[in-house]
Order: sequence, then structure tokens, then C-alpha cells
Amino acid sequence: MSPRDEETVAEGDPVLVRLRGLTKHFDVSPPLLTRLIEGRSRQVLKAVDGLDLDIARGRTTALVGESGCGKSTVARLLVTLYRPTAGDLVFEGTDIGRLTDRRALASARRRMQMIFQDPFASLNPRWRVGRIIAEPLRAHGLLDDPAAIRRRVAELLEHVGLRAADAERFPHEFSGGQRQRISIARGLASSPHFLVCDEPTSALDVSVQAQILNLLRDLQRDLGLTYLIITHDLAVVRFIADTIGVMYLGRLCEVAPADTLFARPRHPYTRLLMETVPDLRHPDRDRRPMAGEVPSPLDPPSGCAFHTRCPLANDRCRRERPALRQDGPGQVACHAAEEGRLSPEGGDAVKGMRP
Amino acid sequence: MTESLLSVRDLIVEFPTRRGALRVVDGVSLDIVPGEVLGVVGESGAGKSQTGAAIIGLLEPPGRIVDGTVHLEGERLDTLSGDQWRRVRGRRIGAVFQDPLTSLNPLYTVGRQLTETIRTHLDMTEKQARARALELLGEVGIPAAADRLDAWPHQFSGGMRQRVVIALALCANPRLIIADEPTTALDVSIQAQITALLKRLCREHGTAVMLITHDMGVIAETADRVAVMYAGRLVETGPVDDLVNRPRHPYTEGLMGCIPTMHARPVRLDQIEGAMPAPRAVPPGCAFHPRCPLAVERCTSERPPLVARPPLATACWVRSPDGDAA
Repeated sequence: MSPRDEETVAEGDPVLVRLRGLTKHFDVSPPLLTRLIEGRSRQVLKAVDGLDLDIARGRTTALVGESGCGKSTVARLLVTLYRPTAGDLVFEGTDIGRLTDRRALASARRRMQMIFQDPFASLNPRWRVGRIIAEPLRAHGLLDDPAAIRRRVAELLEHVGLRAADAERFPHEFSGGQRQRISIARGLASSPHFLVCDEPTSALDVSVQAQILNLLRDLQRDLGLTYLIITHDLAVVRFIADTIGVMYLGRLCEVAPADTLFARPRHPYTRLLMETVPDLRHPDRDRRPMAGEVPSPLDPPSGCAFHTRCPLANDRCRRERPALRQDGPGQVACHAAEEGRLSPEGGDAVKGMRP
Repeated sequence: MTESLLSVRDLIVEFPTRRGALRVVDGVSLDIVPGEVLGVVGESGAGKSQTGAAIIGLLEPPGRIVDGTVHLEGERLDTLSGDQWRRVRGRRIGAVFQDPLTSLNPLYTVGRQLTETIRTHLDMTEKQARARALELLGEVGIPAAADRLDAWPHQFSGGMRQRVVIALALCANPRLIIADEPTTALDVSIQAQITALLKRLCREHGTAVMLITHDMGVIAETADRVAVMYAGRLVETGPVDDLVNRPRHPYTEGLMGCIPTMHARPVRLDQIEGAMPAPRAVPPGCAFHPRCPLAVERCTSERPPLVARPPLATACWVRSPDGDAA
């Protein structure tokens, strides 16, 4: 066990990114004419709906959830690919969600980078690897001497476990795992403090996934990076994250230090999610598949969005939206947790679920 | 071992190209007994889907079986003509593929696709077939099945579509279902529902399943036996518990070690260096030797046979030297 295993993200840890009430709505209304003729109304997709989260410097925070829960929208908001509809997005002291000054925005963007899921789509097939990796250096005007750029590219390639000579080759000459290493090298080129990784290993085979996860860990140790990892894979999260946020339909239902979350999940959704994941070493674990499906984010249920699938839902859950409140070392948004209706261990919380 | 339901011997599948033939399945032999779930695992490009496609006669041209045999209940399948296949596919072997949207015809209602399939394989009137379709939809857990019979595929969610596809595969009560990554396109909470459903239905109907997936977690929970493929070859087979917890082949061992789990937090994951070779670049000898920590001289030149040393059968010169078995 490393010392890291014992540590948890205490309240005193320096915060690199602070999200308060972060909201992103997409207007998905039919065209104006259709609305007029067919009498249809405007329609808003609440992809992210009031998110509060602190991302501690030098740590790994993970957001987990099923498709459509809004986790990738959060990633895009963080790297300013989207503008928030409302709320604060404070990165190193600046509210970057509201920045309009191009230079200030560029400076923030230099200090944060994103790694995408698909290493086949995120690298330009017509560019040599050296040019791909050097792009952030040129775009941000960090280096302009060709020899210095070459040296920096070589250094970055070696840092991610490739050879300096690979700069001359094209992306198609590399395997999926090597391409993801190239993406990471490009992400590191502008010496960012913060890396947002959206499903960084989902497109990779398991043996390669392990290489990339180990690499991300080594880089964090060597460079003091802060990560936000977006993933649906709880086992990956268990390996890499210090703090975990569980999302459901655009909202956080639970945020907790990793060890706490896995040892003592509080929110019924977190508990069900953990029960449904097949596990290699514990195949005989009594698993109950979660009933029902994720409701449409276009028409989320009233009150607590999870109440339609929750074994503990009552009238209050159907009516009133629960706020994220402190609960032990973590935070949970659940009326049942607040009222003490949750069982402490979680095992019997799922009684009554049908397979 | 009881009589095999499916028996595959020395199967070789090649895709001819201008620069020579690509061998994607290279000498695979496997058996499935009635009612058994055989998990076939491997990384992308290992040849597991091509093996499945070859068995059910759905190899994408120009891919073809160049050698080996496939027998189902004693009948040879690999030499069947297109017409002859129609008696077998759907009736005696069902199929479930990864993407439930592309497995269903978007222009037909779910009910029509079911009744049509039922009537193709079984001697039934339209009315009987509709009743059977309704029964099947109920069986695969579609709520309010009677109302959903006339719905279109796009009106179903991904999980519900996959249930419909399973109902289609079960239509004619086949003896074997080939399920190729049946849960990969689905969310985790839905994955568990579908795996449980497949497992329950096959137990009830006595249907055997060849479950092709890259997800060892799904295999560990669903399969009775596992076959591990690497670069088109079978490297190890055996009962699921032995294979997961006491693997002999260094590749299987590495594969198990590099899978993160929710129950432990190691400082590092074990990792296998490098990547699986492409079909054109499979090295001589054991295909795994360039990545293998145990490789010896012999591994670089001579291909190891699959040697049965119960409970596992392993193809490795170091861990399972040939001895007298072969």
C-alpha cells in the first residue's frame, strides 16, 4: 500500500477547480416554423443541472455515470469548449466560464488540456506525430525555434514511453495504445496543470488499458498534474481516482473520497451501480441487476431524478429535489440518507428489486 | 465429457488480399456440449468474432474457411450451400450481435419481424405465430408486451431492443446461440439485465451459448468454460474458475492481472508490454513470444500445440511442455 491509499481529500486541500451551480442547457426545440404550425413548444435539454464540485490540486477526481448523465458535457465545459448556461467555473482563481477576453482565455486553455476517448479520431491522419505534438507549442506561441520544438517533442515522446524517432511517423503506423500515448504527449506539450480525460481507455483493449492507466499515474507523480477522469467504468475509477462524483441525469448524487465511496456507498444509485458491475474475482457475489432504464434527460422525473428506479423512494422523493449535503467524509443528495432510512451497509437497500 | 453439440476442428479462416492471404483464425478447435455457456475472450483482432461468424456461415466475403471442419449435432456445416444454411441458421443456431439497432429492420414492426421469423422456421399460422411472438416478448421481459408488438424498433431503448433480438434468436428454440458482444453497446446497469436474461433463458430452454466478448467480468459471471484467443489462435481453454484464478498461459495470466477490479487498489496494474500483432505480422513460433516474460529459444521458432493437462488445456512451451499429450 502506498501512502496515497491512506490519504483522503481533506477539506483543507488546495482547490484547483471550483464548480458552483454549474449548468448547461441545450436548446433542442424544433425549428420555429414547426413550432408555429404544429403548436409544439420549446424544448430544453438540461445536460448539466446545477453541479457543485471541488477538484483538488495534484489529485485525481473522477466523474462516473451511465450514458446521458452529462459527464462528458462537464468535461467540455471545463476546457471551455462549451460556455456554461449558468453557474461558476473557477479555475486557478479565475471564473473561466465568463471570460470574454481572448488572451485570458488562451492563457487558461494553455494550462488545461483534454485527452479524448478515441485515439483514432483525435489525431490528424495527415500530420506527422512530431507536428501533432508540437501544435499546442505553436498555437500558444510557447516555442518558435524549430530545434527547440524538436527537442521538446522528443522529450515528450520519451516521457510517454515512445521513441524520439517516432516524431517522423504518421498516426496510422501506431496501435491504439500508442496513439493514446501520442494524445497524452500532445496534451502535456503546453505544460498544463490540469488534464481532463474523457473515457481515456474505453476504446482500448484491457492489456493496453493497464499500460495507459499506469502511465497516467506515473505522469501525475512526476509532473504534479491534476486529473479529471470521465468514465463509466467503476473498476478504472477504483484504480485511478482519489475523489469520485457519481452523476445521474445531469446532477451529482454522491461525491466522496474513493475509499469511502467503495467501502460505504451511500446513495442508492451508487449502491445499485456497484452491484451491477460484473467482477472477475467475485463472480458468485449476489448481484441483482438494476431494474428499469435511465429516463430521458429531455423529460427527467420530478423531485429526485432517480426516484423511478429507487427502492427507497417515497412521496417526498417524487416531489422535492434533494440537495447535495455533507454526509460523513463525502456528500450525498438523497432524502433517504438524510432521514436515516438508508441501511448502513447497503446490502438490504436493494431488497425488493426484481431481477 | 458428454456428446458435443458443436464441434470445431482445426478451423482456418483467411481473407485473400492482393498482398497474400490474411489468416485471421489459425487452427482453432473447440467443443460445446448441450446447455453449456462457452465464453470466447480475446482482445480486438484476436479472431473471436471471425470464429463465431465462420461457425454460423456468416463470414464477410472475401473471408472464407480454407481448412478445418464445423459439425453441429454430427452434421457438417462448413460445406453447406446458401440454401441449405437457411434450414440451420435461425432454426438450430441463433445469433445475437452487438448492436441491437442494426440487427432489427427499422421498416418493420417488432411483431412483424418476430412472426415472420417464427413462420419461416416453424409451421404456424399467422395467428399462432403472433401468440408465440407475444409469449416470447413477455419471456424476455418486455413490459406490456401486447401493446409493444406493433411498435417500431426506434421506439424501443437499447436494452429493450437487445431483448427483442434475443427473442428473435430464441424464436425456433435453437440448440445453440452465438452471442457476439451482446452487451457491449449497452450501459452497465442494462448490461447486467441482459446477461442475466440470456443466462436464465438458456438454462430454461437448454440452449448452449457461445458468448464472444472482451469483457472478462461478463465471462466470469456467465460462462461455464472459457477459451482465450490471441492472434487468431486458441492459447488456453478450461473451466471458468480455473482459468480466471489459476491460469497457466502467460498471456491469460497477464490478461487477468491487468484488469482493474472494484475490490482492490494496487499501486500499479500488471501490464503486458506491447500490443497484439496484426494478422499480417504474426511472428513465427508462439505468437505471444515477443511480449512474453518467460519466452525461451524454442518459443521463437516452434508453434506450441494446445496440450491438455486437466483442468486446463494450454499452448505454451514453458508452462505446458508437450510431453506425450498433443
